[in-house]
Amino acid sequence: MSDTILMKGNEAIAEAALIAGCRFYFAYPITPQNEIPAYMSRRMPQIGGTFLQAESEVASINMVFGASAAGARVMTSSSSPGISLKQEGISYISGAELPAVVVNMMRGGPGLGNISGAQSDYFQATRGGGHGDYRTIVLCPSTVQEAADLTVLAFELADEYRMVVMLLGDGYLGQMSEPLVLPESPEKTFSKKEWIVNGCKGREPRVIRSLRLKPEIKLEEHNKMLQERYRKIQEKEVRFDTYKADDAEVLLVSFGLSARICKSAVNTLREKGVKAGLFRPITLWPFPYDGLEESASRVKKVFVVEMNEGQMVEDVRLALGRKRDIEFYGRSGGTVPAADEIVKRVINND
Amino acid sequence: MTEKTKEMKLVYTWPESLSQQKTHYCPGCGHGIIHKLLASAIDDLGVREESVVISPVGCSVFVYYYIKADGIESAHGRAHAVATGLKRALPEKIIIAYQGDGDLLAIGTGETIHAANRGENITVIFVNNAIYGMTGGQMAPTSMVGQKTQTSPYGRQAEDTGHPIRACEMLNTLEAPVFIERCAVNNVKNITRAKKAIKKALTNQVENRGYSFVEVLSMCPTNWGMTSRDAADWVENVMIPYYPLKNFRDN
Amino acid sequence: MAKGKPFFDSERCKGCELCVSVCPEKILKMTDAYNSQGHRYPECIDEEKCTACTFCAIMCPDLAIQIYRLTSVT
Repeated sequence: MSDTILMKGNEAIAEAALIAGCRFYFAYPITPQNEIPAYMSRRMPQIGGTFLQAESEVASINMVFGASAAGARVMTSSSSPGISLKQEGISYISGAELPAVVVNMMRGGPGLGNISGAQSDYFQATRGGGHGDYRTIVLCPSTVQEAADLTVLAFELADEYRMVVMLLGDGYLGQMSEPLVLPESPEKTFSKKEWIVNGCKGREPRVIRSLRLKPEIKLEEHNKMLQERYRKIQEKEVRFDTYKADDAEVLLVSFGLSARICKSAVNTLREKGVKAGLFRPITLWPFPYDGLEESASRVKKVFVVEMNEGQMVEDVRLALGRKRDIEFYGRSGGTVPAADEIVKRVINND
Repeated sequence: MTEKTKEMKLVYTWPESLSQQKTHYCPGCGHGIIHKLLASAIDDLGVREESVVISPVGCSVFVYYYIKADGIESAHGRAHAVATGLKRALPEKIIIAYQGDGDLLAIGTGETIHAANRGENITVIFVNNAIYGMTGGQMAPTSMVGQKTQTSPYGRQAEDTGHPIRACEMLNTLEAPVFIERCAVNNVKNITRAKKAIKKALTNQVENRGYSFVEVLSMCPTNWGMTSRDAADWVENVMIPYYPLKNFRDN
Repeated sequence: MAKGKPFFDSERCKGCELCVSVCPEKILKMTDAYNSQGHRYPECIDEEKCTACTFCAIMCPDLAIQIYRLTSVT
């Protein structure tokens, strides 16, 4: 069925999760993503899944841990302060090699911040807000359609690589209603019976663990193994998009919602005779260093636009080197830059 | 005179579900006794292959070395939430949460109360030894007033840190739990009662009755700074008067 | 006449002496010997009096004691 329907971002993510086979959802209310638990509370019983409003974000990430250990496709969602609470759980899930999808609809911070959409959790998402040497794949949509498509992808990647995949949205995307075509159910399935805990009938008992104290189960070996897996992901799973970047002289680099605004800015700049283009990372981890280097190789100036005080720009500098002329324009605290603002900054900078 | 030959029958030995690995627990620690009781309850009900035992952060994080069933490590205090996720995903399996006093009653208080309140159909073994064992003997929510610990060197002061929390009594205010009992492992009579309570708590899950909670008063000779025999007496003379051994609920 | 026979695995013992304290016949006593871990371990000093009550085995946190019940067969 490929009907185009109108759907709110938060609800599209929820429905896409169900399409992907998610049958367990645990979460705690927090603005601006409350439509996700509300939608799940209605839809999960309809399809025989489990919805549970947990007593906290801490409890819900640990329920995710339990259900994932049992072999279920499971998701939780929250917004920035709640994602902070989940960091320990995310570290445990990562150390125990369990698949899970965590949705962060970012809001202004730090602290209680505000309830407007923002992009200030880039560091938290990509540098691992939790402790230890782990990574999570971070997928960043900029439209409701993409949010739905990437949600399905998130479950597939989580199962394939046995790790946390984070869908990094923002409060505005969650609230926006846009036309979309619901994604197809994924075809690929992943066998889990080699590692799940579901009672040891017919086999030796096994343990889902992240503690490795004894010499024969060295923690370092485990970490090396995880790092090797992350290297493979960096080779295979990078995703990005470009817009009018081939002949650009000024390259805007932006992700998620601000990338969308940059697209409008690129069009306006082109009308004004500035050969602007856009580079939009879709996987924030693994970050598209090579793709960015390629796209930026022909331009005179790189302009990073984020709804934060400068987070992805560090990865851009890492990709392009300290000698490149990289400008940063940021609005934080839930403020959204207007396309005209960006146009003005780019022009004034020339 | 005819020679009387004697037949020897083994009447006390290993529960099947208990591994023969020597434990890392201290001499006189109650965990060894409680593990035996849990293993023999699992044996009696024949549910070893259906069970998943959730270990806490604490001395008994390694319960999975000793109980021969599937195991899972939980973050500190979160065993009730992990149990919820597991039981919702595996409703036919036997989910057992094994926790100490920091795990269940300090950092995990929220998860404990809410899983109990939801009536999650799980079996909970709560080991109360009035102290934090693994980390070297700090004060626990269950430490007695006046008890000297690493973090209450002058003795616990009620005006400053409150009174010990009685978990059974607290959970007994909730509607959903079907079985709440406090027992102890400091002498043979109490161990025998504890065995029955643990078996009942497990049977309830097999029969789908609901949330079952067993608090077990236990010795921690090392961190109490006593011999094991004195520790067993301390449970009797100091803990039991404050934490009465009884069944609070058996629906 | 002995009704029971206790078997002590000295290597499993951690010297907690709980078994000694619970034996109703008071026939357990710690030896002067040490196992390889440095723990003293118990022995039954009067096996004739053992009733196979299994109290010592029930109490032992380390399953260092197994109990046999003896039945006469003529």
